Amino acid sequence: MNVNSQPDIRSEAIAVDVDRVSKIFGGEPPVTALDDVSVAIRQNEFFTLLGPSGCGKTTLLRLIAGFEPPTSGSLRLGGRDISRLPPNKRPINTVFQNYALFPHMSVAANIAFGLQMLGKPKAEVRDTVDEMLKLVQMEALKNRRTSEISGGQQQRVALARALAPHPEVLLLDEPLSALDYKLRKEMQIELKRLQGETGITFIFVTHDQEEALTMSDRIAVMNAGKILQVGPPREIYNRPVNRFVADFIGETNFLTGTAQGDAVRISSGHMIAVPLDGRTGDVTLTVRPEQVRLCPVDQDGALHAEISDLVYFGTDTHCHLALKDGTQIVARLQSLPTGEVGYMRGQAVGLRFEPGAVQVVGA
Amino acid sequence: MADRAFQVARLPGFNTIAIMVFVMLYLPIGLLVLFSFNAGPSVAIWEGFSLQWYPKAWGNEQVRDATIRSLIIASSAALISTTLATMAALGTTRRKRSPGQTMIYVMINQPLMVPEIVTAVALLIFFASIKVATGYQGLGYLIAAHSAFCIPFAYLPIRARLEGMDLTLETAAADLYATPWQTFRHVTLPLLMPGIIAGMMLAFITSLDDVVISLFVKSAGQETLPTYMLGQIRRNITVEVNAISTLLLGLTVIMLTVFFLLTRKQD
Ligand SMILES: Nc1ncnc2c1ncn2[C@@H]1O[C@H](COP(=O)(O)OP(=O)(O)OP(=O)(O)O)[C@@H](O)[C@H]1O
Ligand SMILES: [Mg+2]
Repeated sequence: MNVNSQPDIRSEAIAVDVDRVSKIFGGEPPVTALDDVSVAIRQNEFFTLLGPSGCGKTTLLRLIAGFEPPTSGSLRLGGRDISRLPPNKRPINTVFQNYALFPHMSVAANIAFGLQMLGKPKAEVRDTVDEMLKLVQMEALKNRRTSEISGGQQQRVALARALAPHPEVLLLDEPLSALDYKLRKEMQIELKRLQGETGITFIFVTHDQEEALTMSDRIAVMNAGKILQVGPPREIYNRPVNRFVADFIGETNFLTGTAQGDAVRISSGHMIAVPLDGRTGDVTLTVRPEQVRLCPVDQDGALHAEISDLVYFGTDTHCHLALKDGTQIVARLQSLPTGEVGYMRGQAVGLRFEPGAVQVVGA
Repeated sequence: MADRAFQVARLPGFNTIAIMVFVMLYLPIGLLVLFSFNAGPSVAIWEGFSLQWYPKAWGNEQVRDATIRSLIIASSAALISTTLATMAALGTTRRKRSPGQTMIYVMINQPLMVPEIVTAVALLIFFASIKVATGYQGLGYLIAAHSAFCIPFAYLPIRARLEGMDLTLETAAADLYATPWQTFRHVTLPLLMPGIIAGMMLAFITSLDDVVISLFVKSAGQETLPTYMLGQIRRNITVEVNAISTLLLGLTVIMLTVFFLLTRKQD
């Protein structure tokens, strides 16, 4: 199953075309790391692979870089089949998760390496290295050993080294996961800036959904070797194609019920109007906590619920609600200046959902 | 830590035994070095300090010949065995563990396990037939024999270094357009260098002080330093031998120090 929720084939050029690629690692038992994956990554796009540990993100990157051959399927770069090309012949560079800087070389020598291997003239190498050092603000440390600089600085050098040969595509395998929170935020902005300035296609791997949402032009959500959904952050967040995507990206509520006409009778007996796209029988609905509103019990169309808990999170407060049949729903309420939200535990309230907020995510 | 773990150092008599072992190990060597500076001709009766035995030893043409021969053999053997050991290490660590792997290690390390005298006799017989067939009498036999038994000494530090190496560095080089050869030349080899130098020095020292195999393999007149010293001592014990030994000891200590510095520094 390959739900590509991107039917609008825009005229934008495709940089990397992954066509029905599978990767099976031999061994006992064999591991299917990628299962018939197809995805088209556009030129100059910040494309993110997002998914839980072991879902095949690194494997897909390694296949694109050429470190592993696909078991089946093909890879194209700008229309050219690169499936059988060794990594040193692909105009694609990688920022490794552990950076993999050459410990026996200086910062500048690391950055120069790719250009030298390409046989660029000395003057050009020197100029590009200087330019890259400036780009990542590492000019002062250019003669240091890579073992003598901090983690964040190593990260910048790894980035500069991969950008220096000006590849068509840059692959980044969780490049920020080793950094502390503050540095991570800084580097997120920095990466976006670099991508804009260089115009290189970035394929970025993360398992941090917030990072994916803030940085990406488009996100591919993966699980168990498959791509479940591809789309811009807003679409992935607001229109998840299935329960896994809804659950993996952000927090959400699930409601089970039965389709009846153009509405769903949920387990508590309430009717909820929702576009069903012709679905019948049992369905699962999802609604984000920030789309749940509290209202007076007697308001028209309100669901009746009781507040079972209030959890303070600073800017907002999570209000845990129980419907008549015990179904739990979380609403995210903005905290008042006093830190309260104006409700109490045990209080009977009405609740309603913002129009269009409830989605069907499967049976 | 409520109950202490078993510690050998706390057994009664441990200190006495330890001190005795150190005395046995280092006292004879200390005396040998001391008497190399003896003014008199005895290796047992101290007659005052003098450096006379060093120039005397060097003035002895046989000593000089043997020294030069030993250095030629040791350098050649170190070079050859390290090259072979590097290739063997690359061949054995850069692949998945296979059932035959242990067998390969055993075969590479054969000289460490087979009694040296057996190897020596085997080489003697083997080379004898070659000598008869070809008539060649040169140093080649000694160099070949030394190269062979030095391989495991060169192999072990190189393999240790390779096993500690981050393989993603080579992947990164390939990613940055390096061909397999360029990757080896610019990444693998420089990172391996401390191991290679360490291995080469171990091989050099091992070759330099070998007696058994040299005795069996050498042709007439091909004394190495150790075989010459052995021959001398059989006739009469002179302070000259103490002086040569002291110099050899000095060389070995320097090389071992460099070896430890190289293998300790892990970057
Ligand atoms: N060389 C290999 N041999 C055998 N199995 C492998 C190999 N590399 C990866 N796998 C398996 O393939 C699956 C996908 O691995 P992959 O490294 O792509 O996951 P990932 O999405 O990058 O996970 P993480 O977020 O933990 O890095 C895993 O089940 C993994 O165990
Ligand atoms: Mg990974």
